[in-house]
Amino acid sequence: MARVLLFGRLSDIAGWRERDIDSASLGALRDLLAGEDEGLAQALAAPGVQIALDQAIVRGDATLSARSEVAFLPPMSGG
Amino acid sequence: MIILTGQAFDPGALLSEFCQDRTETGAIATFTGLARAEQGDTTTLELEAYPGFTEAAIGKIADEALRRFDLHDFHVVHRVGKIVPGEAIVFVATAASHRRAAFEACDFLMDYLKSRAPFWKKETGPAGARWIEPRAQDHADIARWETPKP
Repeated sequence: MARVLLFGRLSDIAGWRERDIDSASLGALRDLLAGEDEGLAQALAAPGVQIALDQAIVRGDATLSARSEVAFLPPMSGG
Repeated sequence: MIILTGQAFDPGALLSEFCQDRTETGAIATFTGLARAEQGDTTTLELEAYPGFTEAAIGKIADEALRRFDLHDFHVVHRVGKIVPGEAIVFVATAASHRRAAFEACDFLMDYLKSRAPFWKKETGPAGARWIEPRAQDHADIARWETPKP
């Protein structure tokens, strides 16, 4: 079970902010999310969306453990 | 010091506190960002952060500012949650021996906060809500600080 977090417009599109999801890898998790929600699939594929695994930005695939925290981060804007 | 807060804050009080007990700092520069009403188009702003991750990411860039501008100290306060026009969203203060370093470090930190720090900003008004993403100008601003490739 990985803890999955959505931020910004991603959580508005999906209608949830935080879920526990069973998945062995980041790639499998993405496929699972994309398969259940077409709108979220498009939003995750948009330019500038980054993924943080256990609070560190990752590129490419990675293995997930039961205690992994995966955050999908759309383009950032503060100030 | 880096503070994320859900409460309104007084930039003047933060500046007074930041100035205290300094005998070697010759220059303090500050920036305060306020939420704009955009002629009535914006009634509220909502800022979301990723607790822990956001502070750590700002901490990394603040460490770079400390080294790059030889700062004595810095203070970043950033609002999260709901904000109404006129309220302060962000306060940055930098302390250095001389003014150029203090000004530049403040500018550098703000350019980073606008387009790279992990915050997500939603504007709500009569026409509905929309998520704000960095503008071309914000990307150009931060590019000024990147080391030119040989």
